[in-house]
Amino acid sequence: MNVNALRAIYLFEMSRWFRTLVGSLLSPVISTSLYFVVFGSAIGSRMTAIDGVSYAAFIVPGLTMLSVLTESIGNASFGIYMPKWSGTIYELLSAPVAWWEAVIAYVGAAASKSVLLGGVILLTARLFVPYHIAHPFWMAAFLILTALTFCLFGFIIGVWAEGWERLQIVPTLIITPLTFLGGSFYSISMLPPLWRKITLFNPVVYLVSGFRWSFYGVSDVGVSLSLGMTLGFMAVCLVVIWWIFKTGYKLKP
Amino acid sequence: MPPIISVRGVTKTYASGFQALKPIDLDIRRGEIFALLGPNGAGKSTLINIICGLVRASSGTVLADGYDIVRDYRVARSLIGLVPQEMATEGYETVWATMKFSRGVHGRGRDPAYLEKVLRDLSLWDKKDSPILALSGGMKRRVMIAKALSHQPRILFLDEPTAGVDVELRRDLWAMVRSLRDSGVTIILTTHYIEEAEEMADRVGVINRGELILVEDKAALMRDLGTRQLILTLAAPLSGLPADLAGEPLHFADDGLSLVYTFDPKAEGEGVEGLIRRLIDAGVAFTDIRSRESSLEEIFVGLVRAPA
Repeated sequence: MNVNALRAIYLFEMSRWFRTLVGSLLSPVISTSLYFVVFGSAIGSRMTAIDGVSYAAFIVPGLTMLSVLTESIGNASFGIYMPKWSGTIYELLSAPVAWWEAVIAYVGAAASKSVLLGGVILLTARLFVPYHIAHPFWMAAFLILTALTFCLFGFIIGVWAEGWERLQIVPTLIITPLTFLGGSFYSISMLPPLWRKITLFNPVVYLVSGFRWSFYGVSDVGVSLSLGMTLGFMAVCLVVIWWIFKTGYKLKP
Repeated sequence: MPPIISVRGVTKTYASGFQALKPIDLDIRRGEIFALLGPNGAGKSTLINIICGLVRASSGTVLADGYDIVRDYRVARSLIGLVPQEMATEGYETVWATMKFSRGVHGRGRDPAYLEKVLRDLSLWDKKDSPILALSGGMKRRVMIAKALSHQPRILFLDEPTAGVDVELRRDLWAMVRSLRDSGVTIILTTHYIEEAEEMADRVGVINRGELILVEDKAALMRDLGTRQLILTLAAPLSGLPADLAGEPLHFADDGLSLVYTFDPKAEGEGVEGLIRRLIDAGVAFTDIRSRESSLEEIFVGLVRAPA
């Protein structure tokens, strides 16, 4: 394994993030705080508890997931798209680096940022809501798995995108709606039966449900199913990335 | 001694169907400066990019110091440094950060002293903490060379290193390339400029339309390319050459209104001065004199048109 290359890519990516740390952290923290103020305090105070959990506490896992998903895709897609766009990717492609080493380094850096951000958001939420975490291990596991999976997905988008506009299309048109409709702000048991069934095709439902279970021990779908779906999506992303490097898709003519 | 780069039967056909390289066989000798010449779109960059791992060959093999660039890519690529044609830098990063990245990504451990030496040699040391974005075009070109040298490669590819750089930087780069060669690094450079090949190269390869049509020692090639023409516009058409000038490399052009003298400026003999004196002595009147040298394009056309 080319450990020096892994370290170089990882540190390079992290230093880019630290250089813009205030913007990278402040923006999601402010928007999440606004969600808590509006949905948690203002509207939430008029809503009844869901599964015995106050509404303000109920939305904590969903809101954290919302930020982690968005940031994971954004960080990872930008991380690989930027050298493609600037042309500096020649250096990576001509270096003695295996494809999986490049993926570990880029996705690892992007996921590190997302997990750190998730932690900061949870700390921020604590200022608004006295939530508790029933299964800390599983909370961390779901957080890390989700970050890794969606960073892999972001990596694919970054390779696929041929312009800044395309880079935004998938997160804006697909991921954000799926996240909002994935039970971040409600339990899917509150939906009419038909919509409940349709919602089960949304992979974000499983992520949010599993993550919420790790907090409060209650979930919309089984925890094993949540875990299985997350791992399944991760496997699909890995296969697509393996294919990208095998064929040189949009990287090597 | 085996060649440091050995290219055998390498072809490249892009997905569009365009055949960029017909079967190429080429050996690069250890420690030489090899100049790959060719017009735009000839296949120079495709060949270099295949050797460096940026483009996948459709067929054929490439060995770098005996290591297959696909099967043994880790060793092969660690031996190679590349300065691509297009300017590509991480604008917001500092020179030092990007150097550390380049060294690390090629699998080398930290060595600040070596990186400092490279930056000093390229007059970049005082810019090490500057964002690349703030540097001039020439400085950015130096940064790209510094990055390519950061992992101490044994083979350095320079793809059009002096395209668009000023005369001073071009001279600096030539001096740097020579000093690298003296330290044992093999250099392969592509260029449009005959002058550059003449100044630098030990051997020259000419590539056109995906075919390597010539590989020759520079001295021999320059003998062929180094011809000049002196064109005299005659005051009146001549029916034939004066007897005194028979046997000289002279021919008529423009329906007998011009007399063209092809000569080698480095050759010994009476040269242009002697010819003009003899023309005047023979009573040949002319109204204008101009000289021209063969352009690289003309030489390519000549090479391509020449029967195999």
